[in-house]
Amino acid sequence: MKFKQAVLNKLVPFLFTVVIFIFPLVDRNPYHIDVMVSAGIFVLLALGLNVIVGNAGILNLGYAAFFAVGAYTYALVNLHWHIPFWIGLWISALTGTIFGMLLAFPALRLGGDYLAIVTLGAGEIVRIALNNLDTITGGPNGLLGIDHPSLLIPKYQFGVKSEPYYFLVLFLILGFIFVLRRLESSRLGLAWNALREDELAASCMGINTAWAKLSAFAVGGFIAGVAGCVFAGKQGTISPDSFDFVVSVMVLAMVVLGGLGSIRGVILGALILSLLPEFLRRFEIYRMFLFGLAMILMMLFRPQGILGEVHHREEFKKRNKSR
Amino acid sequence: MKAKTSLSEFPILTLQEVTKRFGGVGALEQVSFTVDHGKIVGLIGPNGAGKTTLFNCITGLSAPDSGFIYFGDSQASLAHLYPYQVTVNGIARTFQTIRLFKNMTALENIMVGAHSKARAGLWGALFRPEWVKLEQKKLRDHAHQLLAFFGLSSRANELAGNLSYGHQRKLEIARALASDPKLLLLDEPAAGMNPKEKEELLDLIRAIRERGVTILLIEHDMKVVMLVSEHVIVLDYGKKIAEGSPKKIQNDPRVIEAYLGKDFKK
Repeated sequence: MKFKQAVLNKLVPFLFTVVIFIFPLVDRNPYHIDVMVSAGIFVLLALGLNVIVGNAGILNLGYAAFFAVGAYTYALVNLHWHIPFWIGLWISALTGTIFGMLLAFPALRLGGDYLAIVTLGAGEIVRIALNNLDTITGGPNGLLGIDHPSLLIPKYQFGVKSEPYYFLVLFLILGFIFVLRRLESSRLGLAWNALREDELAASCMGINTAWAKLSAFAVGGFIAGVAGCVFAGKQGTISPDSFDFVVSVMVLAMVVLGGLGSIRGVILGALILSLLPEFLRRFEIYRMFLFGLAMILMMLFRPQGILGEVHHREEFKKRNKSR
Repeated sequence: MKAKTSLSEFPILTLQEVTKRFGGVGALEQVSFTVDHGKIVGLIGPNGAGKTTLFNCITGLSAPDSGFIYFGDSQASLAHLYPYQVTVNGIARTFQTIRLFKNMTALENIMVGAHSKARAGLWGALFRPEWVKLEQKKLRDHAHQLLAFFGLSSRANELAGNLSYGHQRKLEIARALASDPKLLLLDEPAAGMNPKEKEELLDLIRAIRERGVTILLIEHDMKVVMLVSEHVIVLDYGKKIAEGSPKKIQNDPRVIEAYLGKDFKK
């Protein structure tokens, strides 16, 4: 039993990582790799949103705005001042963090559904602003001619190939997994969980709930900023369409599907939801139907998510019974 | 004349004319009293007398409309601090209805309770220097000690929500104690317990006092209050109507009137 547990906990993720590493060396189809890169960007987003929704328990329906801030930041600093990608990455992370913290201010006073509406509104405001600030953001046409990343030593242009982005995203994901695991097991991580479970009790335990919320939004904003920068650097062109409300909902669905608060679960959820449409392409017209059906069945039979802890389910059951 | 006042000669908690209204309803009207160091003080009163509101005012969950609350020899009123600042000052509380972090283990619950004793933040978590590791280990050891003190060692890794009712009550007290408070506020700790559990609880409360913690407790069960408290304060309709030793309170006509009505004859 213990052995089995150890295998599940260590070996499976390790093998999975190895497979992911050699995937582009085996599968030479550039389209497949390209799909994997966008899936990877969604994994980054899901990891970031998981900090806010899964760990701190704050429903955020406007996460695409965080992503947009990161992407437009790199696009603008690159187009105006020719700032290279690697520095842009940090600037995007910074603006993402600041945007996250700004949006956290309403979160200090509101909770639950009300906050969800505020975040939804903020997400829409950002998208509409991007659409209409023609002189800065290029309006609906977006921004063109953003520099792709390149390496100085050895001299290498990322260009429009897919493989370099694949490894860039992969390393970013591994880095964030490392960081997030540290955060989860820390004093701050415990404070986030306490906030999710019972905000009032948490505040009576000596937790500065305002700071806890602010830091969760900051970490979530940082990761979305990085993801946005990578997205802009890879595409070379961005427009408000890519930061639609649907993106927020998709990322949230990934987090919920995989399992709130579980890093592995969230990664799995993001991979499934971004790759599934590709596999369902054959059933083109039924695609959204099957997708919706899968989500409904999921909520009925495994509401805690694929890899979510079982206790969420127990909780859910108890609540249903008491009604 | 006293030459010098030592710290323990100050009352640990002083309330001065604390008033709290909800709309037109006066939940607390000019309540003043003091709690002495190292005592177990009972706070009683009929339903709706304002006992929990008083706790909320002390712990910063609701701000009193007027009046002052002093902790120890501090000159600054607690009245407008945030709840977490009150905890940092050394006051911890439990809740009338259990408010544990249900999806966290018993151990984690206590470690959250000790939040104010540690200082590792975002950077500490990211870079995890030696002092953060040490601090984490200390918190964990301290949490295990507390679990042992409450006889919950075997439940350390169980989810709080899965514990039995009696254990949850105990865990809540343990969690409050984790911040090493000087004053512990217990809001109906014996609610829903059977006589045997109540007896255990009384022993626990006395044992906590032996650790140097002053206790202010709200309790409905008169037996419990009269057995354990050394001083009793009675609230009715937001006003303090009596205070004194348990014996004195039991024979106080105003208290009898508040509980049993005017026409009750002995």
